[in-house]
Amino acid sequence: MVSKYYILICGGTACDSNDGIRLTEELKKEITKAGLTKDVQIVRTGCLGFCEMGPIVKILPEDTFYVCVKPEDAHELVQEHLVKGRAVPRLLYDRRQSQTLVALEGIDFYQKQFRIVLRNCGVIDPDKIDEYIARDGYRALEKVLFEMTPADVIAELEKAGLRGRGGAGFPTGKKWMFSMNAPGDQKYIVCNADEGDPGAYMDRSTLEGDPHSILEAMTIAGRTTGASMGYIYIRAEYPLAIRRLENAIAQAHAYGLLGKNILGSDFSFDIELRFGAGAFVCGEETALLASIEGQRGTPRPRPPFPAVKGLWGKPTVINNVETLANVPVIILKGGDWFNKIGTATSKGTKVFALTGKVKHSGLIEVPMGTTLREIIFEIGGGIRNDKTFKAAQTGGPSGGVIPPEFLDTPIDYENLAKIGSIMGSGGLIVMDETDCIVDVAKFYLQFTVDESCGKCSPCRIGGRTLYNYLEKITNGEGKAEDIDTMLETARAMQRASLCGLGQTAPNPVVSTLRYFREEYREHIENKRCRAGKCKNLLQYTINPEKCVGCTACARVCPANAITGERKQKHTIDGEKCIKCGQCHEVCKFKAVERS
Amino acid sequence: MSRLTLEDLRKLRETQQKTMALRESEGKDVQIIIGMGTCGIAAGAKDTFSTMINTVAEKGLSNVMVRQTGCMGLCHSEPTVEVIVPDMPTIIYGNVTPEVARQIIENHVQKHQLLDGHICDRPAVDIIGK
Repeated sequence: MVSKYYILICGGTACDSNDGIRLTEELKKEITKAGLTKDVQIVRTGCLGFCEMGPIVKILPEDTFYVCVKPEDAHELVQEHLVKGRAVPRLLYDRRQSQTLVALEGIDFYQKQFRIVLRNCGVIDPDKIDEYIARDGYRALEKVLFEMTPADVIAELEKAGLRGRGGAGFPTGKKWMFSMNAPGDQKYIVCNADEGDPGAYMDRSTLEGDPHSILEAMTIAGRTTGASMGYIYIRAEYPLAIRRLENAIAQAHAYGLLGKNILGSDFSFDIELRFGAGAFVCGEETALLASIEGQRGTPRPRPPFPAVKGLWGKPTVINNVETLANVPVIILKGGDWFNKIGTATSKGTKVFALTGKVKHSGLIEVPMGTTLREIIFEIGGGIRNDKTFKAAQTGGPSGGVIPPEFLDTPIDYENLAKIGSIMGSGGLIVMDETDCIVDVAKFYLQFTVDESCGKCSPCRIGGRTLYNYLEKITNGEGKAEDIDTMLETARAMQRASLCGLGQTAPNPVVSTLRYFREEYREHIENKRCRAGKCKNLLQYTINPEKCVGCTACARVCPANAITGERKQKHTIDGEKCIKCGQCHEVCKFKAVERS
Repeated sequence: MSRLTLEDLRKLRETQQKTMALRESEGKDVQIIIGMGTCGIAAGAKDTFSTMINTVAEKGLSNVMVRQTGCMGLCHSEPTVEVIVPDMPTIIYGNVTPEVARQIIENHVQKHQLLDGHICDRPAVDIIGK
């Protein structure tokens, strides 16, 4: 039998410990009292992620979202909402908290997320062009082909204020205009799907979930700039995205939405895939173009910019996947609509791959100007195991860390640059107290050292130099003057490197030194790693007063470094110890101490 | 499939919109939609998918359609499954193992009872569907 109402109660541990279980009981009682047992089903959900405002109660089918519901509220909730059919305003989630969406009032929702780029992801079957078409797919292309001039399209993009989502934030309308105005018998559109930042998977998910939106946007770009050919440069490591793109291209061909005389117009456009072999530098636009041309993927100095002199020397627009996915929506809903979302300088939304020590990792899309606190604590549900937030890393190896004092800074291009990070492509890695900041910087430097193409020496040698210093510091061999030498090296790299990879590679070091210099000092002066990550700085000892001689530590020690008879005090041989920390974890008496 | 003219495309969109609005095609009014991005598949969505199909066949539920979609973004609770049953609110379930998949069919689809402990929230409003 179908129930009339469904009461969903958040069953996350936070809500449970916040009287959620008693609330469930009270609601059941009240429903029985009101004689509604047949009309209402009470269901406990998974954690809904709003742990700070728990317990959460959601009533379907109206989708009413109640927060901070106490067991004492059960009576009112049942009587008002279920019996009289009206919401209880004082328990509703206050939408005004979401300032970024004030412009979109009239839409009734409590979510922090707003999906433009991911509009079809998780909604349509990506292998069926018909479903994309049903959701207004290829309607923007219709409009561009039959109702708009190229200048109109660019005007709309300019009005929207769309900026490149690959990291640098260059205005998309301008980029298209440069290419449109550049003389050339042949022009190209390139989609940069060479997503390489560790922990980033926004573009992959977009391509896998909504491949046609990229094809449509590229065709629109082709029509606008006068290009007849498009390439999607995608990493070979994304087999599913490639398969879905290939399928989408074939379907678009069959429908005449790609190829000669699209929809019976005089415009012809085609798209082919080009596979990258996983080199990070190929995400840099000039290296990417070289790779498409079949050459070694190394960057070249700019100008000339690709918009004027790109693929095979022809004017080429290079846009990132996320940037392109915005285009059809802007054409359909208008630049003014898009312009209302976001902050003064950064319009629209941003997709983030939220990962790391956060309870709810996931792919999220939020309006520009959303704060880190909203992202981590409301969408992400807070820090895993209720540890303390230490920092968030944005922008991957080119970005920086954001310390707790900026949790309430609205995220946009300018604000992130101001606090020493970058928007980047959208990786957002959350760190807690158990992450060592020097170790984090070392991780990213190792990445850029591995991925440096080696063409210019500031990047090739500078990166290695920085890495060596970090290695020294984490090994307890750092010197006080190393910090200044590192900053000097970083400055040289930023100024003299040929491309973005080298120019931004020192960012993780510079940014961590800016906010966590104290932690570097601890490593250098006190030979101490507060997070317990840098193995060579750790020492494990057994406190004889606490040790009961249970032998648990000796049994797990892989290096046989622990000796001691049963029921006798145990000791660790510092020479043999490999500092794996297993004894520390296994000891029930907290006798194994780490220092 | 043949190459479309502008007229054809508009007509196709209209009929497809109707189909999607009715949430029904070929007499199948119950839809089970499984997130099959790389993330979902890595978390076991293929097993979930085949369990759904097998259970539907086993119980002879001719009105149920099992479909795939991309990533919904709820990586922490993959595999995710959306269940649409007429006259019931649309529900998204997370952490749908094959066992949970069976329960979804037995309880949600057949008995119209929602499952405890697996419901997720839809992450955002839909800006396209009206």
